[in-house]
Amino acid sequence: MTDTDMTGTDMTPALAPHAIGRDLARRDGAAKVRGTAFYADESPVENPVYCRIVASTIARGRAVSVDTGEAEGLDGVLAVLTPATAERLASTSDAELAVLQDDRVGFRGQIVGAVVAESFEVARDAAARVRVEYEVAAHDAALSADRDDLYTPDQVNPTYETDTAQGDMAAAMASAPVTLERTYTTPMLHNNPMEPHATTALWEPDRGAGALTLYDSTQGVHPVRSTVAAVLGLDEDQVRVVCPYVGGGFGSKGMPHANTVLAAMAARAVPGRPVRVALTRQQMFSLAGYRTPTIQQVQLAAQRDGALDGIAIDVVEQTSRIKEFAEQTGVPTRNMYAAPNRRTTHRLAALDVPVPSWMRAPGECPGMFGPEVALDELAAELGMDPVELRIRNEPDVDPETGKPFSTRNLVACLRRGAEQFGWPGRDPRPGVRLEGGWWIGTGVASATYPVYRMPVSTAVIGYSGGRYVARIGAADIGTGAWTVLPQIAADALGVPVQEVEVLIGDTEYPPASVAGGSSGTTTWGSALVAAAEQFRGKFGADPHEGDEIEASVPENAASERFAMHAYGAHFAEVAVHADTGEVRVPRLHGTFAAGRIVNPRLARSQLLGGMTMGLGMALMEDSVLDPRTGHVVNHDLAEYHVATNADVADLRADWVHEDDPHVNPMGSKGIGEIGIVGTAAAVANAAWHATGVRVRDLPLTLDKVLPPA
Amino acid sequence: MDPDTTLRVDGVTHHLDLDPRASLLDTLRQRLGVMSPKKGCDHGQCGACTVLVDGRRVLACLSLAVAQDGHEITTADGLSEDGADHPVHRAFVEEDALQCGYCTPGQVCSAVGALDEFARGWPSAVTTDVAADPELDDAEIAERMSGNLCRCGAYKGIRAAVADAHREVSR
Ligand code: FES
Ligand code: FES
Repeated sequence: MTDTDMTGTDMTPALAPHAIGRDLARRDGAAKVRGTAFYADESPVENPVYCRIVASTIARGRAVSVDTGEAEGLDGVLAVLTPATAERLASTSDAELAVLQDDRVGFRGQIVGAVVAESFEVARDAAARVRVEYEVAAHDAALSADRDDLYTPDQVNPTYETDTAQGDMAAAMASAPVTLERTYTTPMLHNNPMEPHATTALWEPDRGAGALTLYDSTQGVHPVRSTVAAVLGLDEDQVRVVCPYVGGGFGSKGMPHANTVLAAMAARAVPGRPVRVALTRQQMFSLAGYRTPTIQQVQLAAQRDGALDGIAIDVVEQTSRIKEFAEQTGVPTRNMYAAPNRRTTHRLAALDVPVPSWMRAPGECPGMFGPEVALDELAAELGMDPVELRIRNEPDVDPETGKPFSTRNLVACLRRGAEQFGWPGRDPRPGVRLEGGWWIGTGVASATYPVYRMPVSTAVIGYSGGRYVARIGAADIGTGAWTVLPQIAADALGVPVQEVEVLIGDTEYPPASVAGGSSGTTTWGSALVAAAEQFRGKFGADPHEGDEIEASVPENAASERFAMHAYGAHFAEVAVHADTGEVRVPRLHGTFAAGRIVNPRLARSQLLGGMTMGLGMALMEDSVLDPRTGHVVNHDLAEYHVATNADVADLRADWVHEDDPHVNPMGSKGIGEIGIVGTAAAVANAAWHATGVRVRDLPLTLDKVLPPA
Repeated sequence: MDPDTTLRVDGVTHHLDLDPRASLLDTLRQRLGVMSPKKGCDHGQCGACTVLVDGRRVLACLSLAVAQDGHEITTADGLSEDGADHPVHRAFVEEDALQCGYCTPGQVCSAVGALDEFARGWPSAVTTDVAADPELDDAEIAERMSGNLCRCGAYKGIRAAVADAHREVSR
């Protein structure tokens, strides 16, 4: 491949696009529209039994006795697992996965028992008859920035420095002609994929290799295998994980959670019988991860012409006392805009709450809310157009590292997006457009997301029956990998895409990284390209039946020399009802710069999907954790509102052409997450423009935009 | 156990001894192995379990199986008698009205039901003149399809697909 630096002459990605860039329909579409593509809870097994969780009703303490007598008396009950009777796990170092290993309760909704029964109805009935006696301890589930026990984590997700500083931010705040200091908050948010986390587990002890089969709803079969094998004390080859289709995840299925381990334990309690464990929607709010609430104190110091002297974000957020997850909310501020003085910090409160985890664009998504609203406030203060203010602060190089960007087209996104949205000529005054009983306004925000390449992924390519068949244990969580990976492999092999099949979603195929960090296409695609090149090198253009070769994702030397990110610009039109305060979003537009787009039809779906989730975040999503009980009180889809069809009006996603020779042979950047990143800020900024009311706390519910009574 | 219940599912007749507590959804999935309808919430909040009962949209998770004795159940996999693709199937693939696919069979059944309701002249909450024949515009489709959540956010494609299918079936 070519990996020339900025002075080189070859400035296009290595792979000549033929199948890449084509608007192909989803290969798994036909099965999915009929419902025949199988998910974990409907995997093809004989005579399954059903496992139902008993969840703690206290937030902290001990489950001192678990009385199973009545449950065990029911016809059809096969096993009841309690802290006293469950098998001892080999590794309990991850407290979230140490299911039923002792009687301690660390958060409300934690697993304190489980019932396995011949039918779902009996399992549910029996679980309700398990009597748990608790020794209640005082719990603490209230996040605030004033707590005196906030602590500094060693690093933030995945491995970023916790705090950074450049120049002297305090001095910039003291001396700049215009300064702004505001606090913004984002609430606890739940991924809520439509498919609840589920596992079907089968334990066949006599089989040796593959003794434990897990049909798991996961973003990565190989990471699940290595985790579960270690927790159970099995060899990796004793565990097979299968997951051809995933009903969404958005990060929550990126790391195995307690349900997967419980399924394995339940299966080992009834050898030879496949056990199905599916979380209920309610259980999803305590056992499947979530986005921490964030409190963001943002400081901006600026010259009158809009040039930033300084930008800072100090973040307070929560983790669970039993396991740390530190969201990297301050990270995007490190390299988004030019400013000589800069500070980012993260402080955590360890609470008696469920374990937070990845949710679509961890870090970037919440972390672009505060700063992007702050910039809008600054633009208003300076009397400057908010698009121009952002362009005014465009850096030449990565302000944090001094490295050049491999490509950076934020300005192109802002300009083109503004044009497409109809931004030029916008009246900047807030609260002056009343049309048919609705206040109308428009807003803008930027978006960014890093280019990640995972270190481990291997692809096998073989020639069989006149076709090329590649195998890689990757995942399609709705992203389109079933369709896009063949496009990449076809171009790397130099054959039509119909001649290529790529098999994914099974640990029988070579190791692949998790579908996370928008890294799938870069990582797995690079492995496929490497395998294709070696295949051609060894077998030429005319291979024989059975020829096969394996290759792994290479390291990218260019990542040492360049900062690599995708960018985007979001534009929103908001209407706020003059009497009721109802907030609607008649138009939402995103223009993105994310390298070469491998499949426009599927890419657009990804971007629109991210924006739609961002719309939910802006307007309605809010997990209400009652600190008195440690319980998310709105723990279902009737009360935790996600955007539905009629919430989404005129929604558009577009992209600028971008040739990036440095990111990977395809020239692609990840697109699964960037769509959500700037949406909420753009909507909040538009709501201010509509009403003159500045909302700094998501979601933008009507009580916040109505004038005080 | 209750006496015999007869369910017709995608054209096949089943005589079943049912637990009276069993929902139609669990009966389809767990007793009959009919996995097309999905379980997103089990509480009537998401639409993933939508099937057609005698041609009308029903949430299978909120319906007891014994109450469907003698009725004709159609899932997204049984929409065409000859097993061919239904126009709604084709439109969903063409418009990429799905990503993960988990809400999709419910969306497809809901779309078929909604198009039938529309053809019968039923108004929706956004129909301005309930006496006139409604126009199937974008707002009508969005309203009629809002009982089906899609966390992947395929709504725009879903609306386009329903409009395409409507054009095809009413041609
Ligand atoms: S599963 Fe029936 S409405 Fe959600
Ligand atoms: S396609 Fe994933 S929930 Fe609709």
